[in-house]
Amino acid sequence: MGSDAFEITVNCIKLVLVFLLMVQAVPILVWLERRGSGFIQNRFGPNRVGPLGLMQLLADAVKFLTKEEFSPKAATKLLFYAAPVFALIPGTLGFAAIPLGSPLKWGDYTFAIQGYDIGVGIVFILGVSSLAAYTILMAGWGSGNKYALMGALRASAQTISYELALGLSIVGIIMMYGTFNLSEMIAAQQGTMHFQAFGNTIATSWLPNWGIFYQPLAAVLFFAATFAESNRLPFDLAEGEAELVAGFHTEYGGFKMLLFFIGEYGHMMVASGLMATFFLGGYNIPYTTTEQVYQFFLGFVESANAASALTSLAHFIMFTVKLGIFLWIFIWVRWTLPRFRYDQLMDLGWKTMLPWALANTILSALVIFAVSHSW
Amino acid sequence: MPLGGVIFITVFVAVFGCLCLYLGRLCGGKKYQDAVKLAPYECGIPGQEKKETRVSVKFYLTAILFILFDIEIIFMYPWATSFKEMMAAGIGAYALIAMMIFIAVFIFGLFWEIKSKALEWD
Repeated sequence: MGSDAFEITVNCIKLVLVFLLMVQAVPILVWLERRGSGFIQNRFGPNRVGPLGLMQLLADAVKFLTKEEFSPKAATKLLFYAAPVFALIPGTLGFAAIPLGSPLKWGDYTFAIQGYDIGVGIVFILGVSSLAAYTILMAGWGSGNKYALMGALRASAQTISYELALGLSIVGIIMMYGTFNLSEMIAAQQGTMHFQAFGNTIATSWLPNWGIFYQPLAAVLFFAATFAESNRLPFDLAEGEAELVAGFHTEYGGFKMLLFFIGEYGHMMVASGLMATFFLGGYNIPYTTTEQVYQFFLGFVESANAASALTSLAHFIMFTVKLGIFLWIFIWVRWTLPRFRYDQLMDLGWKTMLPWALANTILSALVIFAVSHSW
Repeated sequence: MPLGGVIFITVFVAVFGCLCLYLGRLCGGKKYQDAVKLAPYECGIPGQEKKETRVSVKFYLTAILFILFDIEIIFMYPWATSFKEMMAAGIGAYALIAMMIFIAVFIFGLFWEIKSKALEWD
């Protein structure tokens, strides 16, 4: 975690801040989702509490807090109460591994603007995100309700099915960058588009060097699979209200329900962050490199420390914008597309997305092999 | 050492969650319970217990198939990271052909699975 007490303390504070950032984003996203759905469906949404209904979040929190604490008789108490607590963990662990800004150089120290820099970032994030299936199963089994159980089984079967397409769609990306490390991937996407082909360097000045231009199919497959992973519409079969009441959280209310919400939005944020990192250049400002931004700020302020801090801040804002775009697409899709039927969902995952992801892998391998030789 | 960070934030989040639940218990409103309220949620008829609920065996089958395919995909990861290095070392053609054979087995397995109707939901 660091070499001395100061660095360890800063890293711990950083981790807590990343977690609080995630938790604080939830009420804003809920507000955005409710206002956005109102906007899409040509109605108002919450607009009574405070300006633009922004205070609605506080009112909701108070309401959640004062709800009666209650567990049904058929519930397995330990699983019933452990599930919402565990729901927080996958999202937090995943989000903390995503770089949110360029590393901050302060004197002798270098602080990565992320929770922790894990060398095998992708494998770690995929690993911890699939822990979410356990949360859902714990909630479903612990509730002692048939709707909860069925919802949990559906959700976990769906999550693991789409994990195949999710895992396979990024093999092409890993092949291209030759690393699991997210920071190195972002570093490889700096500046304008340039790559080696048949022994020549090909460069353009009108496209940023983003992954989406090299792996468009992977981007589509990955984004679609993350919808299923985070149990969002059009893949929210886990809580298909028409048949399952509310799915695995049928018996939950009050603060326990809120923790599930934080978990779900945390999952969305991890998905959006990964999407930005793999395909939209992460925290990089389009067309520029980290060095260029640093030199730009060095022209304004004298000290190297301040310039580095400003660079990190600019990159953090850029990353937040990209994250926001994908989160908005999540909300937009939810209120646009209708829900799938369960067999259609499984067919899409196994018989359409998995073969396409395989085709993408084979094609990427062949193309990378072909263009790396001058023949 | 990122492992320390992972353990720290896991414990922190778990404690945070438990505190939230405890806070909900402290501030929660009335404590009134009767048999109907404690019963599993249903639409008016007596609720069905967990042990009476039957679920399709397809879920189990899906889980088994997932394990097989997921392990195959995980095997592609280390190959994918070192593909460019292997090409630089001059064994690119070997690496490519080896992986294509592996993917051919993968495709055969997927085709077999679809053919034997293991993925049909009714």
